[in-house]
Amino acid sequence: MTQDLSGTFNEMMNGADIRAAYSNLERWHNEMPADLRSLKQHEAENLFRRVGITFAVYGEGGDPERLIPFDMFPRVFTAAEWRRLDRGIRQRAAALNAFLADVYDRREIIRAGRIPEHLVTRNAAFEKAVVGVRPPRNVWSHIVGIDIVRTGRDQFYVLEDNCRTPSGVSYMLQNREIMMRMFPQLFVDNRIAPVDGYAALLKKTLASVAPQKCEGEPNVVILTPGQFNSAYYEHSFLADLMGVELVEGQDLFVEGDFVWMKTTEGPQKVDVIYRRIDDAFLDPLCFRADSMLGVPGLMNVYRSGGVSICSAPGAGVADDKAIYTFVPEMVRFYLGEAPILENVPTWQCAKPDECQYVLEHLDELVVKEVHGSGGYGMLVGPKADRAQIDAFHAKITERPENYIAQPTLALSTCPTFVEEGIAPRHVDLRPYCLVGETIELVPGGLTRVALKEGSLVVNSSQGGGVKDTWVLAD
Amino acid sequence: MKLHVRHETRYAFDAPVKRLVQSHRLWPADNAAQRVLSWSVDVPGGVVGASFRDGAGDMTQTVSVRGPVTELTVTVEGQIETADTAGVLKGHRELVPPSAYLTATRRTALTAELRGLSRDALDGLEGAGTLDRAHALMRAVANAIAFVPGETEPATTASEALNGGQGVCQDHTHVLIAIAQAADIPARYVTGYLLSTADSVGDEAGHAWAELWVDGLGWVGFDAANRKCPDATYVRLGSGFDSHDAAPIRGVLHGQAGETLGVSVSVSQAGQAQQQSQGAGQRQQ
Repeated sequence: MTQDLSGTFNEMMNGADIRAAYSNLERWHNEMPADLRSLKQHEAENLFRRVGITFAVYGEGGDPERLIPFDMFPRVFTAAEWRRLDRGIRQRAAALNAFLADVYDRREIIRAGRIPEHLVTRNAAFEKAVVGVRPPRNVWSHIVGIDIVRTGRDQFYVLEDNCRTPSGVSYMLQNREIMMRMFPQLFVDNRIAPVDGYAALLKKTLASVAPQKCEGEPNVVILTPGQFNSAYYEHSFLADLMGVELVEGQDLFVEGDFVWMKTTEGPQKVDVIYRRIDDAFLDPLCFRADSMLGVPGLMNVYRSGGVSICSAPGAGVADDKAIYTFVPEMVRFYLGEAPILENVPTWQCAKPDECQYVLEHLDELVVKEVHGSGGYGMLVGPKADRAQIDAFHAKITERPENYIAQPTLALSTCPTFVEEGIAPRHVDLRPYCLVGETIELVPGGLTRVALKEGSLVVNSSQGGGVKDTWVLAD
Repeated sequence: MKLHVRHETRYAFDAPVKRLVQSHRLWPADNAAQRVLSWSVDVPGGVVGASFRDGAGDMTQTVSVRGPVTELTVTVEGQIETADTAGVLKGHRELVPPSAYLTATRRTALTAELRGLSRDALDGLEGAGTLDRAHALMRAVANAIAFVPGETEPATTASEALNGGQGVCQDHTHVLIAIAQAADIPARYVTGYLLSTADSVGDEAGHAWAELWVDGLGWVGFDAANRKCPDATYVRLGSGFDSHDAAPIRGVLHGQAGETLGVSVSVSQAGQAQQQSQGAGQRQQ
């Protein structure tokens, strides 16, 4: 998907002038000799390779040995811009959690007629097994990744919410680490809010949702599917930073009222599990019987209050694309506030009149599968040929409830290193909001950039790269 | 009616199992049709824990056994006072919304044949109430599937059972769930015990029937294998989407060597002679 950049918001420019937030960076770039630039680019690649962080962002799959391209030109938010994003992200994370607590309990939002019952209870991510469960502090999604795009000076839209186990935060941390190592002077000349407190905040968040039965310092572990998982690097990286054990299902067992970790000094009780495996594989006695990755009996311990699982099983019902449309309504319903961040206008093909509109405007819309992810199974109308449009016309007609459509957004651009200097390339943003006793957000996130000229697809599986993301201090 | 239940499940493992964990749904919940007088679940050598009442109102308990284990016996024994509520589940405390039971599983997945059976069963009943429609669906299942043990397996799907035309209570229940859901009636799988009488069928290890959601009444039991709604001869254990989800005992199969399973269930009227039934080699996982 390419487009004419004239109508899009260039985050560095204000008309012909450089915006103040980028003026130091513009000078930095202009003064950088060409040979130094390629030297640094090389150095960055070597650093990424040495730490072992390879292609694994957002569970998109792909070659696990491939390096995601790192673009050295940072993306910058002013303090004022971030204040608004920060409030909007926290607000959204709070509403999503209130929704989850509600749909597994009294279902007030359904009773009030604000959201159709079938979208919730017949959703593939709705877990009957956790109805009536009340996790500690009633928090269900402890790490909320909210994907945001910008289309103008003050226009931000939420593209999607990720309430299960959003990945990519290791890139946020490593991008900063590597920039600081390569260009220390930049961090002297600019007042950039730090992101390295993330691991401590994550640990604090996880410890704050320990079960009531836990006495003393909670024992937190990260549960990984193992080293063949594409995000394994991130799992071990976070375990190291937090100083907690990284375990696989076979390292844990259930006995009595608790979950135990096998150690050389005997079994050690586990209080909080930050799981990086899907609901379906958590426990063969509750979900998929053929799962070798989970812990038999884990869900019974969880449901009887002996262990906390983050995110809570069943949290996925809040980030489904069909539910997405109702998030602003959740903000109004549960918090009594006006939504700070807007949704992208979305047509639900499940509604006959909206479906009609979508079918008549396929050439200008982006069509997504309700349960799809990673930029696959998607129609980008303006870039599609007749055959692709006809194919989607047939698919939508056959199963309308499987599809939603959105306008093709003019994503903002950020300067990005290219062969001949710098050029504007489209970007998005994923911040990671932590929800426990408090709601925490480090100032920053992961910026993905579409490296191909004019491309709007930032997915790493389709030629996207990553950037360091700066929030300037006042 | 006062019923005495004894339900024994014996596992024998070909190779010793290092550690064994099971999830049990073997405790009947009190409701208007049943009141537990005494009940016990005995697992020699097992550590019991992590018990709770789930959102569907069923008691769940976890049992772990430290290995090596070569055999294991789970014995359920109890007395329960039952009453006839014409199959209506009353006084059962639960939170799961009925609409959640419109979701099919692999075992209850709809096919053209199942949709056809549902449509044919309801032909002419367009204006009828849900209760009449539910009875029509039950009759259709009873007519479509002859009660013949040994023709189907635990993993048999509703579609396969319908195509074969023969099966046991599990198959009747799966087919009834599927064709009820096809008619937008929430339906679920119920496990329990049945006092055998001269003309009842289903005396394999344990019994199963379906519950359908009838507006105004709530959940109502339908036992297609016996063409009737549960009465005082039934004991209700627990529910789920299908036989797998509702299984009274869920465990993990260990390795390829496998296990053999023996189940015996006896249900008798307290004070009278016991009737015993045996099912061997039935896997309940």
